[in-house]
Amino acid sequence: MQKEIIIAGFGGQGVLFAGQVLAYAAMDTGKIVTWIPSYGPEMRGGTANCTVVIADEEIGSPLVKHPPLAIALNLPSLDKYEGLLAPGGTLIVNQSMVDRGAKRTDIHVIFVPCNEIAEEIGDKKLLNMVAVGALLTALPELTLKDVEKALEAHLPERHKHLLPKNYEALKRGYETAQKIPA
Amino acid sequence: MPKELWKGNEAIAEAAVRAGLQAYFGYPITPQTEILEYLSRRMPELGRAFVQAESELGAINMVYGAACTGARVMSTSSSPGVSLMMEGLSYIAGTEVPAVLVNVMRGGPGLGNIAPAQSDYNQAVHGGGHGDYPRIVLAPSSVQEAIDLMGLSFDLAEKYRMICMVILDGSIGQMMEPAEMPEMKPIVDRNFDWATNGAINRERRILSSIYIDPPAEEVANLRLGKRWREVQANEVRYKEYYLDDAEFVIVGFGTAGRVALSAVRAARTEGIKVGLLRPITVSPYPYQVIDQLAGRVSGFLVTEMNMGQMFDDVRLAVRGRVPVEFYGRTGGVVPFPDEILAEIRRIAAGQWTTDRDPRDAWQARMVSVLER
Repeated sequence: MQKEIIIAGFGGQGVLFAGQVLAYAAMDTGKIVTWIPSYGPEMRGGTANCTVVIADEEIGSPLVKHPPLAIALNLPSLDKYEGLLAPGGTLIVNQSMVDRGAKRTDIHVIFVPCNEIAEEIGDKKLLNMVAVGALLTALPELTLKDVEKALEAHLPERHKHLLPKNYEALKRGYETAQKIPA
Repeated sequence: MPKELWKGNEAIAEAAVRAGLQAYFGYPITPQTEILEYLSRRMPELGRAFVQAESELGAINMVYGAACTGARVMSTSSSPGVSLMMEGLSYIAGTEVPAVLVNVMRGGPGLGNIAPAQSDYNQAVHGGGHGDYPRIVLAPSSVQEAIDLMGLSFDLAEKYRMICMVILDGSIGQMMEPAEMPEMKPIVDRNFDWATNGAINRERRILSSIYIDPPAEEVANLRLGKRWREVQANEVRYKEYYLDDAEFVIVGFGTAGRVALSAVRAARTEGIKVGLLRPITVSPYPYQVIDQLAGRVSGFLVTEMNMGQMFDDVRLAVRGRVPVEFYGRTGGVVPFPDEILAEIRRIAAGQWTTDRDPRDAWQARMVSVLER
């Protein structure tokens, strides 16, 4: 088993942390995992992305050109990764930040209004966890519970009070994505 | 110890601390600055020495001085910074004191960029500083291997009174992987019989790289050469993948090696019997295992993130018996597995380059790669 996920968005949308949460959950459930950010000059205010590879044997390349899974938190990321996704793959799109629908018909594109859902929960910064929750509907290797446990185990003590809202964001994202017909 | 998610650069720093690093001297440069940043907090916390020098020249000469006392010392930098350290490195080698230098390589030449590259292979393995000197060079391909090799680097440097370099690229430095840290080793006074650590109640010792008398310099160089043969006999390390039934073999180190692993696995699902040899020590180089493989496989493909530097070492081991192909990306570009898979398919179809330097043939093929 090997699954690759690219998470992309603006700096400040929690792209890198969203990937780390998946990496922690994968590690804690005994899987092999790599997390690699793009660390070029684009980090300064532009787009940010990271690639997470989850496998059950030694991982070769930590980077992948055509991932089966991706999260696009803004329009530039949708523009870039819609075309790169492997056929049959699933793309989670933050509907709050895009003004167009999907162009490809050979992939599953799931639009989730991450910003609005995060604001309903009461913390707009949780938009990344909403997207991660939505992604889990297409990533059977990790359950909502796995990700919740990873957050609990690895979130710094000073942020632990945020756990319930993080759980809610994950759940809302998952449920929203589940309701969308494939 | 349980596994934790470690970023390559920070893992290298902590692994050095746990191996008993007593003094660190460095200067910031991307993509290795996290090592320096981590140690700037960690070393003072443990009462150990951390100095951000005024330049790379300052840093390497501080390493030189501290190494003369027999302490465990290191510096870290990235390509342009390591170039600046070459004079000091040669002095360290000439003085026969142990030191560790980590190079998190980036795209070059010149100022280049901060993206991952392996283009300092020749500088690390074959040259760099002036004069006849051997050096040990380790090339990890994962965060765990980087941790393990940091501990080894100090042991080897001290055992052979030699520089030990650890070369990796920015992607391993920035990548996070689950990894297990070794236990914290206590700082021990190794009481080397050469260390200039205070001549109280003993004869004064002098450490220097000056041999004004050429025959004396020749004796010193022959001594280094003899020690190097011991290193070559005892310290070669590599990892084999799918070699048992391999009809041809990819050779790649570090990130290029692990990207090749993905390509090899994909090729295996297509029924192509290809294997992978990943050198872990690139100096001493695993010539012997390649020599043996050359006797039974139909050829090799060398993959690197440079213009074909380790390629020459593979050809040296193969000695013209079978073809050696090359595929590289350079300037800070990391190859994707499908590029190497395309090369594997070409070779599996019998299209070996036999009429010219395989690097020329590769450059011609790159035209279509760049168009994709």
